[in-house]
Amino acid sequence: MSETFKAKIWKLDDDIDTDIVLPTEYLALKTVEDMKPYAFSPLRPELAAQIKPGDMIVAGKNFGCGSSREQAPEVVKALGVSCIVAQSFARIFFRNAINNGLLLIENPDLHDAVKEGDEALVTPGEKIVVNGKEFPIASLPENLMEILNAGGLVKAMRKRNGLD
Amino acid sequence: MGMTMAEKIIALAAGIEKTKAGDIETVTLDRLMSNDGTTHLTIDMYNKLKNPHIADVEKLVWIVDHNIPSDSPKTAASHKKMRDFAAEHGITYYEGEGVCHQIMMENHVRPGELIFGADSHTCAYGALGAFGTGVGCTDYLYAMVTGTSWLLVPESLKFNLHGKLREGVYARDLILTIIGRIGANGANYKAMEFCGEGLATLSMADRISICNLCVEAGAKTALMEVDDVALDYLKAHGREPKAIVKSDPDAVYSETYDIDLNEIEPIVAKPHFVDNVVPAKECEGVKIDEAFLGSCNNGRIEDLRVGAEVIKGKKVAERVRFLVVPASRAVYEQAMKEGLLDIFLDAGAIIMNPNCSVCWGACQGVIGEGETLISTGTRNFKGRAGHKDSFVYLASAATVTASAIAGKITTADRV
Repeated sequence: MSETFKAKIWKLDDDIDTDIVLPTEYLALKTVEDMKPYAFSPLRPELAAQIKPGDMIVAGKNFGCGSSREQAPEVVKALGVSCIVAQSFARIFFRNAINNGLLLIENPDLHDAVKEGDEALVTPGEKIVVNGKEFPIASLPENLMEILNAGGLVKAMRKRNGLD
Repeated sequence: MGMTMAEKIIALAAGIEKTKAGDIETVTLDRLMSNDGTTHLTIDMYNKLKNPHIADVEKLVWIVDHNIPSDSPKTAASHKKMRDFAAEHGITYYEGEGVCHQIMMENHVRPGELIFGADSHTCAYGALGAFGTGVGCTDYLYAMVTGTSWLLVPESLKFNLHGKLREGVYARDLILTIIGRIGANGANYKAMEFCGEGLATLSMADRISICNLCVEAGAKTALMEVDDVALDYLKAHGREPKAIVKSDPDAVYSETYDIDLNEIEPIVAKPHFVDNVVPAKECEGVKIDEAFLGSCNNGRIEDLRVGAEVIKGKKVAERVRFLVVPASRAVYEQAMKEGLLDIFLDAGAIIMNPNCSVCWGACQGVIGEGETLISTGTRNFKGRAGHKDSFVYLASAATVTASAIAGKITTADRV
């Protein structure tokens, strides 16, 4: 997880709530694959189709506020988003994302310093480099990294118990 | 250094003497609530485990409230999955009895407990001095299987309440004022603790309403000191406390707010954020298509009494749908006994069965493109109540009912 990767930036603003990430009417769909086209649809209906695997999202404060629906981080993960960098995350979304193996990074400055379409070099736990400028990032606690690296909490449990 | 209520309840659940904000503790949960929003996902994950088992089935409470009665074959299938699993494992199960948090308050929550709910508004349990917090279905599954979880001990914000709410001003106005003041992430990761002599003037319905909405400021939990009002409620529902905790005089708070209840006025939260609050009079005249009185926030008997008093002898405006949704069967029955349902029916309201209704934008009452809803529900996010290009205003039971009569946003003193 600490290897550097390149990612194209999609930019969102403050208070992206879970009804934006995935509206209620699509929660009843059978699989997360079926939900994918509707991610972020109230705000940007075209965005889900534009996001390519490996891309990243850069947002303002309070990303993921609102409901505890775990389909929200699941659908972002399913779109292939490599990480979300926000000024802050709402707490339930934070736990749910880690539990589904979706990397979250808090950084106060990145959002205002980049524009959509910029390319970033991300070294988890170390730094993000965009347009030649470096943004230091903190690493997550070890127990959360274990969950992330395994691809989520259930997978981490299986690994810990020697089942995988 | 003393401890806050949040720190004391976590220490109790972790089986340790002391803890402090910033520490991470492994806790044993007292209760685990889940509803039909995500329980089918929990079951799917459970069934994929190598050696699935439930640590303590007595602690589980499952409630079908989001889509009851089911509105599609898909929903019916997910309910069946939940119903069958609950029966097979002997899990306490409610279906059609009411909104999950109201059911929990009426039947399960005890002061001093640490409760996970797979629903963000689990923080409502603080009205009884219990640490309730919302989690996703994976965290829920982990707690269900192991009986434990990990928690980052939150910092606490202290809200000292003084004075008394004026006539025509409600708990909903108070908590919207507070959220407007601290912002939609003003309490992110933190506990909101309420105390002060003003607390004694608030009913249990008021307290649940306040604690319930704290997640809209990002709070991990909300907590209120347990006093005679809380203990009377508990006794009336046949339960005893687990523990009554009080913050120590030298407990550490990241911020303290003094709130004068006398200064609170009727408030409306405008689209599309709960912290986008203004005095209700600033929204006067905004045309509405639908009004909703209900939800875990404002569907209690006290709220229905407020609404009935406002609408008695009057009519819902033409071309406006007024949905009245009691929060539980007990509330429904009480409203029937008191003649409140007759008042709403005479006025032209639509009375629905106890459920989450349009508050979560599914099941019933969903609004269309360009439509406007005024609601006692919990959220007004873009698209929350239906079409992405629709509008939700949040307000008290009195303001919502008055608006239903006027066909536009107005306060109860003007209808």
